[in-house]
Amino acid sequence: MKAIYNIFMKRTSTYAVAIMGSVFFFERGFDVFADTLFESTNKGKLWKDIRANYES
Amino acid sequence: MALRLSSSLLKSGNGQALQQLNKFSTSTKTWSRGQKAFATFAGMTIGGAGALLYALESSVSASSDNVHSPHQNWSHNGLISSLDHASIRRGYEVYKQVCAACHSMQYIAYRNLVGVSHTEAEAKAEAEEAQIKDGPNDLGEYFMRPGKLSDYFPSPYPNEEAARAANNGAYPPDLSWIVSARKGGEDYIFALLTGYVDPPAGINLREGQYYNPYFPGGAIGMAQALYNEAMEYSDGTPATASQLAKDVSVFLKWASEPEHDVRKRMLIKAAGIFTILAALTYYIKRHKWSALKTRKIAYYPKHKSQ
Ligand code: HEC
Repeated sequence: MKAIYNIFMKRTSTYAVAIMGSVFFFERGFDVFADTLFESTNKGKLWKDIRANYES
Repeated sequence: MALRLSSSLLKSGNGQALQQLNKFSTSTKTWSRGQKAFATFAGMTIGGAGALLYALESSVSASSDNVHSPHQNWSHNGLISSLDHASIRRGYEVYKQVCAACHSMQYIAYRNLVGVSHTEAEAKAEAEEAQIKDGPNDLGEYFMRPGKLSDYFPSPYPNEEAARAANNGAYPPDLSWIVSARKGGEDYIFALLTGYVDPPAGINLREGQYYNPYFPGGAIGMAQALYNEAMEYSDGTPATASQLAKDVSVFLKWASEPEHDVRKRMLIKAAGIFTILAALTYYIKRHKWSALKTRKIAYYPKHKSQ
């Protein structure tokens, strides 16, 4: 905890960079999670699941 | 916030600060009479308005004479269930081969099929099968040309009058947004297409009318359009009347709500983010208030001589 505080949160400059960086990774991870949930729930019904049948 | 609040507690206007804080407390024990009265009033107004809306809505259903469409077990029922895209594709075939003889879908373009039910090459081929009126050319004449991806589905009749004249005066409505435009949505479309029966005794139909208990009034100007093996599916699915009706209903559902799948995908994201935010808000509120909730106020009487 203390290390995290000292490295990232003590100075506003590093704090801002840490926030922007973690937002980037959080959002990517969250989107991937949500899309995987949606696509696995609807497996077989989506266009991406059937498009291979029609592409030559 | 905690810092500012507690420092104001140390000042002489302490009593006032406490009263103001009281307004923000989430515990009902400290609500004033006026606040309680307001909350009761607001609750009753909202509840009453809801009950009124419900009563108005259900009395409308009670006064109509048509049969209510039964709820079908659609594969897109469910909070995060997508449309069945193979079904959309079959439904497009049904629309094109059966319904398009009478019904326009003038707000749907061939490009809308791309990435939904058809590849780009297939959608282009579909468009090229259609003859689209274009012009004027450099002689000032209108001409027919094969369709392009950006063209909208061609209409079977040039205008409403021509459509009525060809259908005993009944107008086949545009199907682009029909699922949103009818009570019961896709359940209604399915019930209507599969619900034709002989008219009960005492009901006299005029020339060109048919009996369908799901249609308001019962006498509909559209003949039963779907029968077993009325057409063939290109993917080999057995074309029973109910299969045809189901697929065309799903296709029309997609046409009315093209954002359906995106909407449900976004629901997962919104519900997830808001859950996290709600938990954070709850935690921060408790955190900031902890100093106030656990404080002790001691009273030291001033000495008279001071
Ligand atoms: C022979 C021409 C014809 C064909 C083919 C046809 N319809 Fe119709 N349709 C009509 C007419 C005419 C009406 C108007 C009926 C009325 O208002 O009495 C109508 C009305 C409708 C309605 C509106 C009912 C309402 O609640 O107002 C829907 C929905 C509908 N048709 C769907 C379809 C579908 C889906 C298909 C293809 C499977 C189809 N129709 C095929 C002629 C046709």
